[in-house]
Amino acid sequence: MLNRISTYFYQRPKLVLAIFLTPPLLYMVVVYLGSLFSLLINSFFAIDDFTGMVIREFTLKTYLQIFTPANREIFMRTATMAFLVTIVDALIAFPLAYYIAKFASPKLKTWLLIAVTIPLWSSYLVRVYAWKLILAKEGILSWFINLFHLTGALDWLLSLPGIGGSSLSLSPIGMFIVFVYIWLPYMIIPIQTALERVPGSLLEASSDLGAKPSQTFRTVILPLAFPGVVAGSIFTFSLTLGDFIVPLTLGNSKFFIGQAVYSYQGTGGNIPLAAAMTMGPVVIMVVYLLIARRLGAFDAL
Amino acid sequence: MPSSSSSTRPRATWGLTLAALGTLLFLHVPMWIIFLYTLTPDETTYTFPLPGFTTKWFGVALQRADLWRALTLSFQVASIATVAALILGTLAAAAVYRSNFFGRESISFLLVLPIALPGIVTGIALRTAIGGLDIPFSFWTIVIGHATFCVVVVYNNVLARFRRTSATMIEASMDLGANSFQTFRYVVLPNIATALLAGGMLAFALSFDEVIVTTFTAGQQTTLPIWIFSQLSRPRDRPVTNVVATIVILITFLPIFFAQKISADASDTEGETK
Repeated sequence: MLNRISTYFYQRPKLVLAIFLTPPLLYMVVVYLGSLFSLLINSFFAIDDFTGMVIREFTLKTYLQIFTPANREIFMRTATMAFLVTIVDALIAFPLAYYIAKFASPKLKTWLLIAVTIPLWSSYLVRVYAWKLILAKEGILSWFINLFHLTGALDWLLSLPGIGGSSLSLSPIGMFIVFVYIWLPYMIIPIQTALERVPGSLLEASSDLGAKPSQTFRTVILPLAFPGVVAGSIFTFSLTLGDFIVPLTLGNSKFFIGQAVYSYQGTGGNIPLAAAMTMGPVVIMVVYLLIARRLGAFDAL
Repeated sequence: MPSSSSSTRPRATWGLTLAALGTLLFLHVPMWIIFLYTLTPDETTYTFPLPGFTTKWFGVALQRADLWRALTLSFQVASIATVAALILGTLAAAAVYRSNFFGRESISFLLVLPIALPGIVTGIALRTAIGGLDIPFSFWTIVIGHATFCVVVVYNNVLARFRRTSATMIEASMDLGANSFQTFRYVVLPNIATALLAGGMLAFALSFDEVIVTTFTAGQQTTLPIWIFSQLSRPRDRPVTNVVATIVILITFLPIFFAQKISADASDTEGETK
């Protein structure tokens, strides 16, 4: 009996494919794409200014609201932060990724990779919380800064308009540090993967042909690591763009996109505006992903 | 790769080694600091050096009914989301591996979207769908949200394993007279078992910690991450939060560690994770 069923399916690979593919596709299309579609629809609704109820009619009114100076500023602020975090993460990630890929012994490599991926998967909230402790005014970092008599420098930094605040744990500088910290593993792994694929013979060829180590690094290793950097930047950029936990925890009244969306849909009760606001990161990320795919970043994931 | 013996491997410069070590410490030291703070007797600030040492907060945390409820909810959600991800992710991986069909490349793209797009997009999208269809928030709205981004984790792990499994083994099994079910049971399943385990554990850890999507799909329910989040913005129970944070690190550490170890052993030196 089982054999006959088996033969039946064996002769109909298309049917088997359909059976395999239908549940995951159905789930992702209905639940995920369906929700994204509903998000899109909602962004074309608006709320009634008097009753606060959502009017389910097509309008571009809500989209106009995201171009108010206040909201434009939110977009700029968030994109700048995401950009800076991505750059710094790439710089910090590179040495470790390079070391793991090209210098570590196989055994050490296994352990180093585990050491990098544990923070990647472990609780993001807890990792943010750790910095709340570290950056607190009375906390460990201040203690060290005091130890080195740098309190004056810190106060000066915190007094800067735009990036300062009452303490590191309540300032854009603090947010920046935390963003760099929490997304760092997402940058290390793709760069390491890309470097791993650079064949050793290529490096030998480069030095045989007379290139100095620094030249080999610049003209062979860096270009080949670039798809990895792009792949990593997908995560660091996208995650910073949509995060609201870090701004809510360490930020001030100057909103970031995620925070704005969170408060519009929550206390504001304005789901259409929240939806329209979210379309910004969606458009940015879809374009980003398409470019990244061209640059070969998906192979480095 | 055993062929690359240590004699041919170049030595790293001191600068590079130090920079790599620095990055590694930057990744790990902050988490140790939480462990330290579970011992502080200080209830209202994060004063360093600690004004003393006490272990009483572990006992206090154990007494908190709200924490137990949150922990139980998170555990249940993560378990069911993991099972869903295992089924859907494996099916998708099997389909992509065994056949070449129109739109095959798009499958990976579709599956990776929930983690490539900012979490808030998935969150608010689900929120509008739930609101638009007048579905009340429930345990299942959380699970459905979590499953969307857990599928890709299992999918990637299992697909990577399939690609390393030689197709001749399956052919051999069939040639020797095994039917598809026997081949699956005795050849395919043992081969992908550890990939399923690794993918499943990572999916569990991912769901257990998730807060951004959950904020939009949980309504009034409190998962453990939502509990922690409420403490982040308005700290009321600092010492208890320290203990909870430590517990979360410990609960997620083991599955993550073993999942990574399994992947590392399976792929040897290939740096495969996500």
